[in-house]
Amino acid sequence: MKIVCCVKYVPDATADRKFAADHTVDRVGVDGVLSELDEYAVEEALQIREGADDCEIIVVTVGPEPARAAILKSLQMGADAGVHVVDEAIHGSDAVGTSLVLAKAVERQQADLVLCGMASTDGSMSVVPAMLAERLGLAQLTFGTEVAVDGTTVRVRRDDDAASEIIEATLPVLISVTDQANEPRYPSFKGIMAAKKKPVQTLTLADLGIDSSEVGTEAAWTKVEEMRARPPRSAGTIVAADDGAGAERLVEFLASQKFI
Amino acid sequence: MAVDRLLPTSEAYDLLDLVRDICAEQLAPRVTQAEADSAFPRDVFRLLGRTGLMSLPFDEADGGGGQPYEVYLQVLEEFATAWMSVAVDVSVHTLSSSALARFGSQEQRRQWLPGMLGGDQLGAYALSEPQAGSDVSAVATKAVRDGDDYVVNGTKAWISHGPHADFWLLFARTSPDPKTGLSAFHVPAGTTGVSFGAPEKKMGMTASTTTQLLFDDARIPAELRIGDEGQGMAIALSALDSGRLGIAACATGLGQAALDLAVAYAVERRQFGRAIAEFQGLQFLLADMAAAVESARATYLLAARLRDAGRAFGRPAAVAKLVATDAAMKVTTDAVQVLGGYGYTKDFPAERFMREAKVTQIFEGTNQIQRMVIARSLLRDLPR
Ligand SMILES: Cc1cc2nc3c(=O)[nH]c(=O)nc-3n(C[C@H](O)[C@H](O)[C@H](O)COP(=O)(O)OP(=O)(O)OC[C@H]3O[C@@H](n4cnc5c(N)ncnc54)[C@H](O)[C@@H]3O)c2cc1C
Repeated sequence: MKIVCCVKYVPDATADRKFAADHTVDRVGVDGVLSELDEYAVEEALQIREGADDCEIIVVTVGPEPARAAILKSLQMGADAGVHVVDEAIHGSDAVGTSLVLAKAVERQQADLVLCGMASTDGSMSVVPAMLAERLGLAQLTFGTEVAVDGTTVRVRRDDDAASEIIEATLPVLISVTDQANEPRYPSFKGIMAAKKKPVQTLTLADLGIDSSEVGTEAAWTKVEEMRARPPRSAGTIVAADDGAGAERLVEFLASQKFI
Repeated sequence: MAVDRLLPTSEAYDLLDLVRDICAEQLAPRVTQAEADSAFPRDVFRLLGRTGLMSLPFDEADGGGGQPYEVYLQVLEEFATAWMSVAVDVSVHTLSSSALARFGSQEQRRQWLPGMLGGDQLGAYALSEPQAGSDVSAVATKAVRDGDDYVVNGTKAWISHGPHADFWLLFARTSPDPKTGLSAFHVPAGTTGVSFGAPEKKMGMTASTTTQLLFDDARIPAELRIGDEGQGMAIALSALDSGRLGIAACATGLGQAALDLAVAYAVERRQFGRAIAEFQGLQFLLADMAAAVESARATYLLAARLRDAGRAFGRPAAVAKLVATDAAMKVTTDAVQVLGGYGYTKDFPAERFMREAKVTQIFEGTNQIQRMVIARSLLRDLPR
C-alpha cells in the first residue's frame, strides 16, 4: 500500500506572526514548523503502516525553501520519503491554486490513500482536502476521528455534537483527520538520524506541467484587501470584594456583558 | 531563555530541538504538581526511552544513540532546567547501565543491553549503605557463592528510584578485603529476596523516590556478576567518574532555571517606581549568577570533551562536579533573594530549586570527597 500525506509548513504559533507587504503570511522570514494538525495525518499513516505488511509513506508539501522542514519532521517521525514542490510562482496561491499543485504532485504517486490534516493552523480554511479529492477523483472522508483500514476497505468515524457516523469506502480514497484521531508521536533520536538519509524529491511547476498563470497571487479567486493586527487586549475589569458585596457586583458585571 | 549551545554535529542540534520540545510539552507542565505530591513520573521515562533519550551515550551497536558525552550532558542539562528529578534519574540510569556496557561479557551484553537501552527500562545504582557513604570500602552487604548462585544479604541505602527500577547495579562484598573484596552484579527486578524500605522523606527532589534496598537471602545467578570477583570497586569508581559529569550537567541546568526565573522576575517586579532590574545592586547579583552558571557549563564541557577524546578525565570530572554543584547552590540561593519574600514561598519555584541544589553537593561523592580526589591527583608525587 502507498500512502501520501499532505503536510504544510506554517509559522510557529508560539512565535510572532508576520505578514509580507502583499498581505500574505510571511513563511520565509519567520520560524516555521510542520503544521500541528498535519502531525495527526502523519501519525495516522504511521499507525496504518504498523498494521500493514508492505506500506510506504510519502509526504508531500508545497511551499518555499524553508518548508522542507515540514518534510524533514515527518521523515523523522517515520515517513519514508518526501516530495517538495517549490516554485516562486506559487507564492500567494489561494486554496484553489494550492490544491491544483498538490493534486498534480500527488497524482504522480498513484497512492492508495491520501491523508491530510483537518485544516492548517495558519489559514484554517479546511477546504484543501475536499478540493484535492475532487481534483483527484477520489472519495473524500473528511474530519475523521477514527480510521480503520482493512484490506481495501476503509472505515472512518466522524463526530459532531449530535451524532457519530461511520463511513465506509473502498481504496483509493482521501481522508482528513482531526486532532482527536490519535496522539502524534515525538520523533525518536534514531528517527532523526535516519531522516537524514531518506530521499526528498524537489519539483517545480514545470515538472508538474502546471502553467504559472494558473497559480499564485494573480490567479487567486480571492484577494486580501486589507489586514490589521488584532488590537492588544485591554486591561481586565477588577471587581473589588473587600466590602462583602463582590459577588453581587460580579454577577451584575457578567449579566451586563451577557455572559449569564 | 534558550541556552546558545555549540554542538559538534547537525544531528545534535536536531536532538536538542527534540529535547526542548519534550521539556516544554511534557516536563515543565507537570513538575510543580509531581514534586508537591512526591509522585514518581514513571511514564516520563517510558517516553524518554521510546524516543531514544535514555541511552544517548551508549554505542549504537549496543542499541544506544552513539552520542559523545559533550552532547549527552547538554541534553541532561536541558532536562534539569525543566525538571531536576527527571534529569538526575536519567543520569542514574546511565550510571547503572554503564557497568554492564563497559565490563560485561559478550554474552551478558547480548542478553541484557538491548532491553536496558532499548526504551522501556529504568536502572538503579546500589552502592551506598547506611554505614558506607563516602567510605565505599565499608560496604557490608555480602554475596556468598553457593553453587551456580550467589546468596546476597544486606541493606543498600539511598537508592534513587529503587522501587521503580527494572534492574539494579549492585555492589556487594565477596571477600573481606576492603579494596578488592567488592564485586558488581546485574540484578533484574523481581529477584526473590529483594524488598524496599519506606521512601525517605527528603528536603527536595521529592518526585524521585529514594528507598533502601533490602537483600534477604536473595539468589543471584553467578552469570549475572559483572567483571571478575573483586573488580567491584574499580567498576564503581569508573562509573562514578562519568556519573559525576552527569550531576555537574544537572546542577548547571538547575542553575540555569534559577537564573532564568530571577531575570524574568526582576524585569517584572517594580519597587521605588521602577523595575528592580534597573538597580545596579541587583544587576550585579544577576551578572554573578550568570557567570556562575556559564563557568559551570564550561567546566563540565571541558571534562566531557577530554572523555570523548579518550583522555584521562577523573580530575576534571571532580572539578566539574565541585564547581557546578557549588554554583547551583549559590545561584539558587540568590534566585530566592531576587524574588524576595515571594521567593521564600511555594508560589514560585525558587525555593524548590534551592532545596534541589543542596543534594547535588552531597550525592555521587560529597564535595569534600571531590576535593580529596582533586588533591590526590595534584599531589600524586607527594612522598608518603
Ligand atoms: C537523594 C539522594 C539520592 C542518592 N542516590 C543514591 C543512589 O542512587 N545510589 C547510591 O548508591 N547512593 C545514593 N545516594 C547516597 C550518596 O551517594 C551518599 O549520601 C553520599 O555518598 C554521602 O554519604 P553519606 O550520606 O553516608 O555521608 P557521609 O559519608 O557520612 O558524610 C558525612 C559528611 O562527612 C564528610 N566526610 C566524609 N568523609 C570525609 C573525609 N574523608 N574528609 C572530609 N570530609 C568527609 C562528607 O563530605 C559529609 O559532609 C543518594 C543520596 C541522596 C541524599
